Amino acid sequence: MSDFLLRALLAGLGVALVTGPLGTFVVWRRMAYFGDTLAHSALLGVALSLVLRINTTLTITVVCTVLALLLVALQAQKRLASDTLLGILAHSALSLGLITIALVEQIRIDLMGYLFGDILAVTRTDLYWIAGGGLLTLVVLALIWRPLLAMTVHEELAQVEGVRVTLMRTIFVILVAVVIAVAMKVVGILLITALLIIPAATARHFARTPEQMALMAAGFGCLAVVGGLFGSFRWNLPTGPAIVLAAALLFFSGPYWLPGRKRT
Amino acid sequence: MNDEQRPVLAEAHGVTVRYGERTILDDVHLRVHAGEIVTLIGPNGAGKSTLVRIMLGLQRPDSGMVSLAKGVTIGYVPQRLAVEPTMPLTVRRFLTLLSRHPKQRLSEVLHQVGVEERLDAAMQTLSGGELQRVLLARALLRDPDLLFLDEPVQGVDVSGQGELYELIGRLRDEHGVGILMVSHDLHLVMERTDLVFCLDQQMCCTGHPEQVKKQPAFQTLFQAGMGLAPYTHHHDGHAHHTWCRDCPQSKGKSHE
Repeated sequence: MSDFLLRALLAGLGVALVTGPLGTFVVWRRMAYFGDTLAHSALLGVALSLVLRINTTLTITVVCTVLALLLVALQAQKRLASDTLLGILAHSALSLGLITIALVEQIRIDLMGYLFGDILAVTRTDLYWIAGGGLLTLVVLALIWRPLLAMTVHEELAQVEGVRVTLMRTIFVILVAVVIAVAMKVVGILLITALLIIPAATARHFARTPEQMALMAAGFGCLAVVGGLFGSFRWNLPTGPAIVLAAALLFFSGPYWLPGRKRT
Repeated sequence: MNDEQRPVLAEAHGVTVRYGERTILDDVHLRVHAGEIVTLIGPNGAGKSTLVRIMLGLQRPDSGMVSLAKGVTIGYVPQRLAVEPTMPLTVRRFLTLLSRHPKQRLSEVLHQVGVEERLDAAMQTLSGGELQRVLLARALLRDPDLLFLDEPVQGVDVSGQGELYELIGRLRDEHGVGILMVSHDLHLVMERTDLVFCLDQQMCCTGHPEQVKKQPAFQTLFQAGMGLAPYTHHHDGHAHHTWCRDCPQSKGKSHE
């Protein structure tokens, strides 16, 4: 196997192992649009890193985190419906990023690569980022698993029973920000949410406990990466979309269509 | 029962809440003692749930304060709970989300609330009444000193309601639990309640059930609750005052 393909495989698997478990919470907490908004703001991070000449992944992490915290604060005010607020922020962040990139004329970047991912161009450094960021995310997620799960079921009940809900919510959105920054290279800004949502939704068909659902989501994500890479290699398809499509195929081939199957 | 000899578990002092122009609670005073059931009644929008949320520390009042006695364990039954259909969660898991309990204990508590056979059912498959019982079970598993129950028997069938109120009564009698309860089931509640607070922004009537029953303001509400007389609650100040003015003990003066 050639080097670039091996790196692509490792990067994809690393990302899928993290987006799976984290994605289950995105699904349970109905935060798909939230993830989308953060991902859109990642382009602003790309632009800033080019202007300031700082590491791209780091800049994206910082920009996404700031936006995530801002969103949590704005949502707490409850002045606007959450999805309206997210819609406003998502598209203004994306536009701001595009304009910044356009203004910096001397820089020519591969915009498509950022939007749809460029997994075949993953470098060793990217791999280190994925390994480090991914591992950190998984460890923190494991540590806050129980309280986060409890507050996802019923926030106020959890709060009365001693969960520090604001702290947990803040940690969680930072984790999402980190994962988006790390995963961007693999599937790109516009497709990241797919890796969070689709494997988790597929796992729902089979899982009987929240933990099973998280593990299975990681597994389905890995399958999608392998399938997508294979398809991309075999038929010369764009890799990011091929991975997402593979994930979708897994979802639709699940027992979703079987009539009358009881969900337990 | 002599309240003064029992420790105060929770107290609201001059609690006031406004949402913009609208006053939800106005200078409300309330105490819950150990071994006492306090029932909050009042029309929709009277601020009953808000008061409970404030006493639980889930919401801050605009003025006034609440205090809980030190070392008190709280059990809470919220007004509603909807588990996401996307989350695989059994009753057993729901009861042990934040603390572990042996199966024996889980069965025992579920038996107390009358849904023992639902231990391994998915939360999403419970009926409204069963869910209410499971919520109560989760509160009981904490061995609470103080229970906050926001309409604990809604959706429960009539015979079940009697059983649950009996259970709540036993918790008070046998374990000295203090209970603050929001309820609409006036006739069932009355039998076991030590103190009734009619709430409509302010405390308008307070007292022991038999006393309160005789007050005209309560009778208005009671009839409405029984469906004997059409009762509409208006949010403009005039309607509030009509409702509250009949009360001899109105204007936020409550049991102190």
